[in-house]
This record gives sequence, C-alpha cells and structure tokens, in this order.
Amino acid sequence: MLTLTQIVFLIAAAITLIAALMVVTSKSMVHAALWLIMALAGVAVFFVLLNAGFLAVVQVAVYIDAIAIMIIIVVMLTRHSMGVQDRQRSKTWWAAVIAALLLFGGLTLMFTGAPLLGAEAPALTMGAEALIEELGLALVDVDRYIVPFEVASVLLLAALVGSIIVAWPGRASQEQEDES
Amino acid sequence: MQIETLIWLIPLPPILAFFTIVLGANRNNRLSHIIAVGSMVVSWGLAMVVFFNAVTNEGFGHHPFHSSIEWITTGDTALRIGVLIDPLSALALFFVAWTCLAIFLYSVGYHNFGKARDPEDRPGLPPRAGGIEPMYARFFAFISLFAFGMLTLVISDNLLLLFIGWEIMGLCSYLLIGFWYGKPSARNAMIKAFMTTRVGDVFMLLGLAYLYSVTGTLSYREILFNEHVLEMLANSPSVIPALSTAGLIGLLLFIGTIGKSAQWPLHVWLPDAMEGPTPVSAMIHAATMVSAGVYLIVRFFPLITAGWHEGGALTPTMLVISFIGAFTALFAATIALAQNDIKRVLAYSTISQLGYMVAAVGIGAFVAAAFHLITHAFFKALLFLGSGSVIHGVEHGVQHTNDHIDAQDMFNMGGLRKKMPITFATFLIGGLALSGFPLITAGFWSKDEILADAFANGHLAVFITLALAAFLTAFYTMRQITLTFLGEARTKAAEHAHESVWTMTLPLIVLSFFAIAAGWVGIPEGFPAIGGLIPNWFHGFISGSLLEHPPAIAFNPVPLLVSIGVALGGLLLGWLVYRRVPAGGEDPVKKPLGPIYSVLRNKYYFDEIYSAVIVRPAYWLAETVVYRWMDRGIIDGFLHGVARMTLRIGDFLRNFIDLPIVNGAGDFVGEGIKKTGKSFRVLQTGRVQEYLIIGMVFAGIVLSYILILRP
Amino acid sequence: MIPLSWYIILGAALFSIGIYGALARRNALAILMAIELMLNAVNLNLVAFWRYLTPNVVAGRVFALVVFAVAASEAAVGLALIISIYRRRRTIAVEEIDMMKW
Repeated sequence: MLTLTQIVFLIAAAITLIAALMVVTSKSMVHAALWLIMALAGVAVFFVLLNAGFLAVVQVAVYIDAIAIMIIIVVMLTRHSMGVQDRQRSKTWWAAVIAALLLFGGLTLMFTGAPLLGAEAPALTMGAEALIEELGLALVDVDRYIVPFEVASVLLLAALVGSIIVAWPGRASQEQEDES
Repeated sequence: MQIETLIWLIPLPPILAFFTIVLGANRNNRLSHIIAVGSMVVSWGLAMVVFFNAVTNEGFGHHPFHSSIEWITTGDTALRIGVLIDPLSALALFFVAWTCLAIFLYSVGYHNFGKARDPEDRPGLPPRAGGIEPMYARFFAFISLFAFGMLTLVISDNLLLLFIGWEIMGLCSYLLIGFWYGKPSARNAMIKAFMTTRVGDVFMLLGLAYLYSVTGTLSYREILFNEHVLEMLANSPSVIPALSTAGLIGLLLFIGTIGKSAQWPLHVWLPDAMEGPTPVSAMIHAATMVSAGVYLIVRFFPLITAGWHEGGALTPTMLVISFIGAFTALFAATIALAQNDIKRVLAYSTISQLGYMVAAVGIGAFVAAAFHLITHAFFKALLFLGSGSVIHGVEHGVQHTNDHIDAQDMFNMGGLRKKMPITFATFLIGGLALSGFPLITAGFWSKDEILADAFANGHLAVFITLALAAFLTAFYTMRQITLTFLGEARTKAAEHAHESVWTMTLPLIVLSFFAIAAGWVGIPEGFPAIGGLIPNWFHGFISGSLLEHPPAIAFNPVPLLVSIGVALGGLLLGWLVYRRVPAGGEDPVKKPLGPIYSVLRNKYYFDEIYSAVIVRPAYWLAETVVYRWMDRGIIDGFLHGVARMTLRIGDFLRNFIDLPIVNGAGDFVGEGIKKTGKSFRVLQTGRVQEYLIIGMVFAGIVLSYILILRP
Repeated sequence: MIPLSWYIILGAALFSIGIYGALARRNALAILMAIELMLNAVNLNLVAFWRYLTPNVVAGRVFALVVFAVAASEAAVGLALIISIYRRRRTIAVEEIDMMKW
C-alpha cells in the first residue's frame, strides 16, 4: 500500500507533469505562463518533500514571484506578434517529439539500471533550522562556498546591467514608437 | 734587336693596319691610306734590313736566320711555327716588299684620292666620272690584310704557316676581285676564283697531311734540308704504285700550285679576276699571289726532285710538272693573241709566264725558276700598273668627251705615247722585259736561263714549246704596245687622255728600274763578252737554299740565238702587223686565222666546258638533291613530322587525359564539395531550434550507442 | 518510502517536456518557459541526489542555490533580448529570426 508521502508525491507529480505539458502545448501565451506557475509550484512541493524547505521558499520567491511575473509582462508587451490563431508548433516539431521521447527513454533506462537508485532516503542528522543555518554559514565561510556565492552575485549584477542595456530603447524604436 | 725578332715583326704592320682601318679609321680616307701605306713602308724597311743582312752574310745558305715557337701541343709532340730566312725567302721578301709598296702607293692615285666624291657614285660600283672611290678605306684594309698574308707565307719556316698565308691570300683575292660587288660580273668572278683555287687547295692540303703523317713534321729545315728524310721519302712507295712518297706529295702540292698560279686546267679564274681594280690585278695576280704558287714548288724543289740526279731522267712528278708548265705557257700565249682588253692580255701573259717557271721546276732548273719568278714579279707588276694608268687616262677622256666606249679595249686607244709619256716609257720597258729583249731587260736573262737549261739537259720538247711561247709572247706584247701607244688615237676619248698623278707614275718608274736592273745580278759566267765581268751573284746566293749546289750550265750558243731570235722576231712582227690599224678597224689577224681566231678569242671554250660539265651539275646537285630532297624533304620533313606528331600527342593528351582526367578530377572534387556543401546548407536554416534538434538527435544516438550497444 | 528513482524519473520527464517545448514551439517566450522547466528539473534532480546520497554535506544545496541565481539571470537577459528583437523586427516567432544562415 502506498504511504501518505507517496500519495502526496504522486498527486504532486501528476499535477506538475500535466502543468508542464500544458505549458508546452498551450496556444495562448498567458495560459502557458499561468500553467508554468503551477508547474513551478509543484516543484516547490517536491522541495519540501525533500526536506529542503529553504529552497522551496526560494523557488517560490524567485521563480514564481520574479521570473514568471517577468514572463507575463513580456507576454503582454509582445502580444501583437503572435496571436492565438497562429500556428504555435514549429515545422519540425515531430523531431522534437522524437528527441524528447528518446531522451526520456534513455535517461530512464540509464537510471533505473543503476543499483543505488532503489535506495531509501537516509536519515537526516540535523533539524530543519540547523540545515538552514548550515547553508547560511556555508555560503559566507571563507574556507567554503563564499566564492561561488560572490560569483553568483556578480552574475546577477551582470545580468541586471546587461538586460537593461539590451532592452534599452534605441533610436529605431523611438521612431517606431513615434509612428505608432 | 736580333735579326730573328725583326723577321717576326715583318708581317705585323699590315695586319695592324687592317684592324685599325676596319675598326676605326674607315671613315677617314686620308687616315686610312696613311695607315696602310705607312705600315707597308715599315714592313718594307724591316724587309730591307733583313735582306741586307742576308746578302752580306758569308755562306748564308748554311746558317740561315730562323726562329720557331711551339704553337699547338698535341700530347708529347707539338706543332711548331717559326720563321726562316734563307736565300730563297730573302729574295722573295725583297721582291714582295718592293712590289707591294709600289702598289700601295699606286692605289692612292688610282682610287682618285684628292678628288671630290661624286654624289652619283654608289659603294659597290666603280666610280663613274673620276670621283674618289666610295669604298676607299675598305680597299686599303683589304690590301693590308693581303700583304700580311703574303709576308707570312714568305717568312714561314713550315708548310702550315705557309698554308695559312696561302689561304689568307685566297680570301683577300676573293674580297678584292669582287671589290666592286655591285657588278654581277665581279660577283661571278670572285666566286669563280675562290672555287677554282679551292680545288687546288684541297689537294695541297692532302699533300700536307700526307707529308705530316709520313715524316711527323712540316718544317722545311727538317724535311728539305735533311738528306735522310729526303732519301726515305724518295725510296718509299706511296699509295699509288708508280710514285714514290716524295713524288706523290710533290704532285699533290703541285696541284695546289696549279690552282693558285692558274695553270691549265685550273686557269679559268685568272682572266675573270681582272674584274677587280687594277692594283689588285697587279698585286695579287701578277706579283705576289700567283707567285706564291711558284714559290711553293721552288721551295719544295728538293722534295719534288728527290730521287732525281742532275742530268738523269725526270721522275714522273717532274714530268707532269714540266708538261703542264710548258703546255700552259703555249696555251695561254695563243689565247692572249686574240684578246682585246688590255688587262686580259696581261692576265693570259701572266698565266703563260707562270707556265715558264713551272716548267723550269719540272725540268730541274731551280736557279732559273727562282730567277724568272723574281724578274717576272717586277715587270708584270709594272705592266699591270701601267695598264691601270692607261685605263685611267682613257676614262678621263671618256668623261670629257661623253664618248661612252669601253675604256679597256685596246682598239679604242692609240697614240697615247704623246698624251701619257711616262706611262708609255715604263710600259715599253716592261713590255720589252716580258718579251725578253736582249741584254738590257731582266726578262731576257731569266728567260734565256730557262731555255738554256732545257736545251742543255736534252728536254727538247719543253725547249721547243717554250721557244714558241716566247715568240708569241713577244708578238702579242708588241701588239699591245702598238695598239695602245703607237699610231694615232682611234677614238675621241683617247685623244683627250692625260698623264696620271705622281702617286701612280712614281711606282711605275721605280718598278721599271728593277725591270731593267734585276737581271744583271744573274748573268751566267760563260756568257760571251759580258759573262764574268759581273760575277753570277744570283746563282751562288740562291744555291744556298739547296743541299747540293746545282752546277752552272755550260754556255751553248743555240738557246741564246733562239731566244734572241724569237724575241726580236716577235716584236718586229707585232709592230708590222698592228701599226696601221685604223679607228674602228678590226684585228688584222682575224681573217688569216679564220675559225681559229674565234676559238682563241673564246679561250678554247674552256669556260663553257667547265660550266656544262662541272658547274651546272654541281648547281643541280645543290639545288635539287641537297636542297630540295635532303634539306627540305628529309631534314625539314623530319622536323615537320616531329612537330606534327608532337602536336597530335599534345592534342591527345589534352583532350583525352588532361581535360577529362585531370580537369575532371579537379572539377569533380570542386563540384563535389560544392554539391556536398549545397546539400549540407539546408541544415543551416538560421533557426536555433533546428540546430538544437540536430544536436539532440546526435546526442540521443550516442547515448543509445553507449547504453545499448556497448555494455 | 519514496525511492530515489521516482524523483529521477520525474526529473527526466520534466526535462523531456522542457526539451520538447524548447524545440517545437514557435514563440520565443514559450521557449523561454520551457527552458525554465528544464532548469527546474535539473534543480529537482540536484536536490534529490543531495537528499538521498549526501544529506550531511551542504554542497548540494549550495549548488542548487547557484542554479537558481543562474536561472534568474538567464531569464532576465533572455527576456531583455526578446524585447529587443521584438522592437527591431516586430516578431518573436523564432522561425522568422533566421538571418544567420547561409
């Protein structure tokens, strides 16, 4: 019989996968964005199941609140380009299907064949608070992960500045906006 | 300076003059003739010094001046060249130097130096109206080269150097006969002269080679003055059974003389050689070049007469030589009777006199032959230069009176003794010398010596032939003098003739002196009254050139009387027959001789015979066989065939190998890559998604390979 | 309990869906969304492995955190690019943005 955890897992998995499928097949961009939010939320659930509570919150905060919202905004901005009636599958979508199926099949075969994958989750030594604390300490410890932390910060800064510059309205778009 | 060094220097000034004129001075006429005449004066001076030393040397014959150097080394042996002045070459040097100097000086006046250049004159044609010769400097360059050749020949001590000088003179003769190359007759004459003498030269070269192969040397001192060598040559049989080696070599060398000295049958070139300017005729064809032929056989007298003893039977070679000499003497004299051109008469006369000398060598009269060689050079040169002066005078008359006649035809002359006194006097002296006028002319002494020798040794056939020739010689000489100078002028041109310039008359005077005096050095001891007053210096001197002195001929009145008789008789008859030829009259002997006259006039048709038998077949051979068949047909045909074949091979290679295979391969590769590229291009659509798909497909393949197929 | 393989399969499925979306959709934004899906699948995998294999080491979570940062920045820049392209060529159909072809 399935345990509670397993049921929760399966439901969450179903929701996530269906949401993901809808993201990639939906004709309307807004719908797709909303389905994306649902899929992201499902993944957050999984993080919780995996005792990585902090990461679940980060998932929600970064992905859903920041990225998905951004996507929705841009969808709004570019709505004139592709309408609902236009074709949304590219000409070689069948190749994509084959590729995806092959990939899935391959990965699954690979991982189910490996011995360690039937393992159960080992016990945790620390409590939830201690995990977070340890994560926090590890991120700023000079001997441990401060460098990746700082590099990630710089990367975010670069992305910030870069996206501003890339999306800066140049003279051409000034003219376009004057016309319209 | 040593005398030997002087001898080496003798030929040097003329060759330097030749090069200087050719390379630099040929625009300046005065400079050219100063260089040429000056160089001849220097050579003459050196020659006189050497000659003087030679004659004042006691017993010169036993120790002549000589010097030699190695020239071409061939392994252990070497070809040596050198100089030798023994009595014979000393005398030859004497007459060559004097005659050449006289002729050089004469040429200045002959070619009208000092007169303006006539603008109508073209180089290559004789000047028409008394203007200076357009190719003045060229003439002097050529005669300088010629003088070099002759002097080299005379001072040489070996047959090779002699041959070199011989050939240089052959070349100059060719160049100078055809000096006026604009005249077709001159062009034909120059080729004829060269070809005919070449025939003789080929045989001479054979003789030279044969001699060298048998004895290993070409030096006179080692052959001609060496008893053992001469004996060996005389006694060993040659390739022709009837002749000894010496005889065959002598015969081959003699054939060279036949060519060079225009003996029958190779006499045909000399009369035609009169196409050249008169100084050329004088120098080359009277005094020097033709004498070189006689010089050769006189020099090689010991070889030719090897095995013969004084008074014995003649060797086969000597028989041939004496026959040809005597025959030619008579033959040419008969032709001279019927010639009207003043120079032609002298040409045939030269052939005839050379025949005398050749015959003298043939009968073994060494001293007589040498004597006549020297005296003949002087008076024949004198006669030719005199005829040139006459022609100049008559041409002047032609120019003045516009009476266009042949200025060289004696029947257009007459009475010139009044207009050209110096020329007349000197020509008369020369003519008398040629005829052998007794006592006062040199010709008498030398001719008489030949006749005496012939008679004394019992060669009566030769004696009679030569005596007959002497009669005819006197006859035609007087004919010439009478027609030209005596009587009255037959044409207006002759009336307006005038004497020539001093540069032409001075050499005439000098030569006439020699024409008289040269004979007095050889008066035989046994001569009645006069003999013994002056010792026979000549005989003693020149005998030094032989190993054993030939004895002096005992005096015999018969040849003397015959010789005086034919000389005076011929002169008288000539004067009688020709003294009353009127203007426009024909030759008085024409009717009496009848058909013989035209045979003589046409030189026994020898030219026509040679033309049909030798010349035309040779042309046919050259034109048809060698040119058309061999050269154009075979050689060119072969070349064309090779070319065509190469072209075909090239075409084949191009069309069947190069284009399809090589180009095809290249194109195939190129086109193939292009096609491959084109077919691959479709992948690059610019759409990132599709690139990713491809990447994924490949990744999938690799993955499945790793997972499924490998482990 | 839940074996690790379930998480792996789930992650693989999410990833494959994301691949399909990235390769088959015409709209650039849709592609971006699919890419986010893929990144999420990766993160899920990471954390799953951390929990099941080395739960006491903090490296897994740090890695996941860094992946978050990367995903965020990449999304930002991608959106900026899409806006820029839209401004220039008035289209965001990736089929029509094909100038770098032969």
